Amino acid sequence: MSGNGQHGFGRVPRKEDARFIRGQGNYVDDIKLPGMLYGAVLRSPHAHARLVSVDTAAAEAHPQVRAVITGETLAGLDLAWMPTLSGDVQAVLATDKVRFQGQEVAFVVADSHYAARDALELIDVDYEALPPVIDARTALDDGAPVIRDDLEGRGDNHIFDWEAGDAAATDRVFDGAEVVVAQDVLYPRVHPAPLETCGIVADMDKVTGKLTVHTTTQAPHAHRTVYALVAGLPEHKIRVVSPDIGGGFGNKVGIYPGYVCAIVGSIVTGRPVKWMEDRSENLMTTSFARDYHMRGEIAATRDGRVRGLRVTVLADHGAFNGTAQPTKFPAGFFHVFTGSYDIEAAHCAVTGVYTNKAPGGVAYACSFRITEAAYLVERMMDMLAAELDLDPAELRLRNLLRAEQFPYSTATGWEYDSGDYPRTLRKALDIAGYDKLRAEQADRRERGELMGIGISFFTEAVGAGPRKHMDILGLGMADGAELRVHPTGKAVLRISVQTQGQGHETTFAQIVAHELGIPVDDVEVVHGDTDQTPFGLGTYGSRSTPVSGAATAVVARKVRERARIVAGAMLEAAPGDLEWTPGRWTVRGDPSSGATMQEIAMAAHGSLELPDGVEGHLDATTVYNPPNLTYPFGAYIAVVDVDPGTGKVAVRRFVAVDDCGVRINPMIVEGQVHGGLADGVGMALMQVMAFDEDGNHLGASFMDYLLPTSMECPSWELGETVTPSPHHPLGAKGVGESATVGSPAAIVNAVVDALAPYGVRHADMPLTPANVWRVIQGRPFRTDLAIP
Amino acid sequence: MQVPANFEYAKATTVEEALALLARHGDEARVVAGGHSLIPMMKLRLARPEALIDINDVAELSRIRVEGDALCVGALVRHAELLGSAVAGEHFPILHDAERVIADPVVRNRGTVGGSLCQADPSEDLSAAFAALRATAVIKGPDGERTVPVREFHTGPYETVVEAGELLTEVRVPIRPGGSSAYVKVERRAGDWPLAAAGAVLRLADGRIAEAGIGLTAVRAEHFFAAEAEDALRGAVPSEELFAEAGRIAAAHCDPGSDQRGPADYKRHLAGELTIRALRRAYERCMP
Repeated sequence: MSGNGQHGFGRVPRKEDARFIRGQGNYVDDIKLPGMLYGAVLRSPHAHARLVSVDTAAAEAHPQVRAVITGETLAGLDLAWMPTLSGDVQAVLATDKVRFQGQEVAFVVADSHYAARDALELIDVDYEALPPVIDARTALDDGAPVIRDDLEGRGDNHIFDWEAGDAAATDRVFDGAEVVVAQDVLYPRVHPAPLETCGIVADMDKVTGKLTVHTTTQAPHAHRTVYALVAGLPEHKIRVVSPDIGGGFGNKVGIYPGYVCAIVGSIVTGRPVKWMEDRSENLMTTSFARDYHMRGEIAATRDGRVRGLRVTVLADHGAFNGTAQPTKFPAGFFHVFTGSYDIEAAHCAVTGVYTNKAPGGVAYACSFRITEAAYLVERMMDMLAAELDLDPAELRLRNLLRAEQFPYSTATGWEYDSGDYPRTLRKALDIAGYDKLRAEQADRRERGELMGIGISFFTEAVGAGPRKHMDILGLGMADGAELRVHPTGKAVLRISVQTQGQGHETTFAQIVAHELGIPVDDVEVVHGDTDQTPFGLGTYGSRSTPVSGAATAVVARKVRERARIVAGAMLEAAPGDLEWTPGRWTVRGDPSSGATMQEIAMAAHGSLELPDGVEGHLDATTVYNPPNLTYPFGAYIAVVDVDPGTGKVAVRRFVAVDDCGVRINPMIVEGQVHGGLADGVGMALMQVMAFDEDGNHLGASFMDYLLPTSMECPSWELGETVTPSPHHPLGAKGVGESATVGSPAAIVNAVVDALAPYGVRHADMPLTPANVWRVIQGRPFRTDLAIP
Repeated sequence: MQVPANFEYAKATTVEEALALLARHGDEARVVAGGHSLIPMMKLRLARPEALIDINDVAELSRIRVEGDALCVGALVRHAELLGSAVAGEHFPILHDAERVIADPVVRNRGTVGGSLCQADPSEDLSAAFAALRATAVIKGPDGERTVPVREFHTGPYETVVEAGELLTEVRVPIRPGGSSAYVKVERRAGDWPLAAAGAVLRLADGRIAEAGIGLTAVRAEHFFAAEAEDALRGAVPSEELFAEAGRIAAAHCDPGSDQRGPADYKRHLAGELTIRALRRAYERCMP
């Protein structure tokens, strides 16, 4: 099998699909252990209320109930609060107040799921309602209710201020700028909404003292360490198993109160306890994404040379600061907001606030806030193009980084590894037939039809990350890999990253096949079980291929070098005199004299006398600490039609040219792009988690929080350019989130372009028919609040 | 997974059996057919019937047939069956228009015509379509059969004239020559409930509109139809101006509320716009 002329790479069918298309996947909710009990969480109906009393007597009297756990129970075990991924604490079960609608108040363990759910209704909770803080823009007002009065000395709802870039230099650029355009831009609160909700089967073996949890996690090793730190359990007595995962998108990075409750439930009852969220629980209480209230300013010359970008952000982090991101970066990688352009000076200031909404954040295929950053700069570029009356493609071509500028140091401190941006944009324009589209648009405008063309050019920063700069809860973001080669030459790769649909079992087998020259089918990939795999921080932020993929290549190369020594002994040649062709070491100048990997593997395990210092076997391990992030990029073009009578948007075409470096399995890459583009349609056109003034969640089901369907998606038109990463062993860059990062801006830009005849320059997501109609009416409104 | 509270379950295979079961289980029994509205409400514990009477095996309610000058649609006819019915589409394009945009194929395979009417969701598409068509509901009960015009069937949100112990068995749509019909809907996404939708039925005679039916849903039009707009159309010569006037009247006489789908004035605007579009399409279809 070969692709791009490289052994092992190419459109290999996914190894995972055999079980999935037969309905033979094994998800957490498929797991049934002997004697297993079922948990259910009682949740707060209030967004903000004092907890006066929790009466569990009737629930405990239910004949099928085995345990009822409250905040008071947990406080006795010192487990009522747990650390978040951002250095804050979060209530596992409320003890003093509830701080968002849906917050966990009590946990019932019963013989059946039905009985557990029934028993929730028998718990009598007395709340004293408090005024909630729902709108982040009022969170810092004088007299705003203080949400986190549990924190010592906390008198307001302020979490952090953080900035990047050179404020003074940026101000200077703006002061002398010929043109400045400013715009408030909201990236509303959305949700990853994986089809499989979050859950756990916790199994504490009282005899061995070993806790096994089968759970929906994108980061099994990080979860194990966090459980050890939270619960004080010895880490070698914790095994985290992540079986098949039905989508993660960042939703399954963190640890949820329900997990801790299930573990406590198993400890208390001595039996396994399963807890699976229902859909509403998932949407209302687990990690949301975005909720960035941004103000962008862009400075340029009259001939369209962008000189500066200035951004302020109000970040709504909900009731507990639980965002998942490297410790040094409370706003994630938002400071990559200069995007793909050569900009003299830039500065951003981000303020995080508490509100009475669910905690979490960053989640949803965003590469640590790059989604927000890319959306902002691409909206600002279109605003500027409109102001200068310049074609948005032309404005971008004038400002995109040029190939010879790489590696490029940005005004906010990133070092982009490689790229040829104009080539990629031109390719997208060619595929789209851009000039013809503009001509068609002009014709349609004459007839009163609303057609729009939107461009987005994004630069991603993925593969976190260099351990010097990046850690989560003190855990460095390097990944291990372990490769065993059996005597017959079959290989088993053990990795720390966890597939949730990305096809790791295929792609990573291809990397080993590529490096060892053996068939892809001869490589088994083991993942998702902390007892069987080396440590690593998991799959999110598009980091699997950049980090664990690199680790896999490195460990396979170690095996290959070891095989060289063994082959030298077999062929009675100095290892240095051997040369590699895929699958075989041969004596230089004598191709007939060689040994295959299979022969070498058998010899390595056999009686062949090995050179001094060689222990035998071929197995190897490694830890890969990435020297830099990788920087995939792409050019996206959306074509939309807007119905002026109804406000309904139809995405007619979508062209996506992605450059993610070397593609290991182009089919999987394209699948990832397809999914991300659909996500983009969802966010741009229909998704928002809005709240009413009392803090009621207005999107708690799939009837209210909409996922896009094939009916809203055009037939995607994909293209590629390949600019290898210079520092990744395979030249790969990662692609999982590229389309989610890049596509919303293209669609919004297209809709705003369609609405240009009405003088519209900006509209906030989601562009539902009602919102588009309101924009056409010229009415100011907020998309993230209840419609009055 | 969301799970319902406890309930009794009984299965009927004939209408008589269903009525007997309803009588036995009393006021707190609910009929379940496709279950696509009732079961989710039970799982959310917004509905807590003490008993479900399952009529899915009552074969006599599954027929679509022409009887005399009416199309008779059994209460247990699935959305997909109505959509697939050539005879329904031939006489009433409005029904195929509506069925094509009701929920998604999975729901349409299971959800039923009778269930849609009896659920009485204020955003139900078929309520508007049948109201536009001036259909008649056939209801059986312990005292025998009675018929109620669909325009009098709904007594409020989630409320109908079907009493405890009664069963909707059929919807009869009068077949009249010389006309056509259409249904137009706007939703946020395929499968979503309508932001607003309008159905139009036109019967032409001598170049004039002999009779018009305008059905509206999701905009709190009384009994899902626009009487005043129909009055304006009746006897008039069809034209764009007339349809625009009918749209204006329909918009003025509905009473939509605001929710996350959209503000009230937008929905009112849609009621007018979609009335115009439905009339336009129905009229085009009248042309040979």
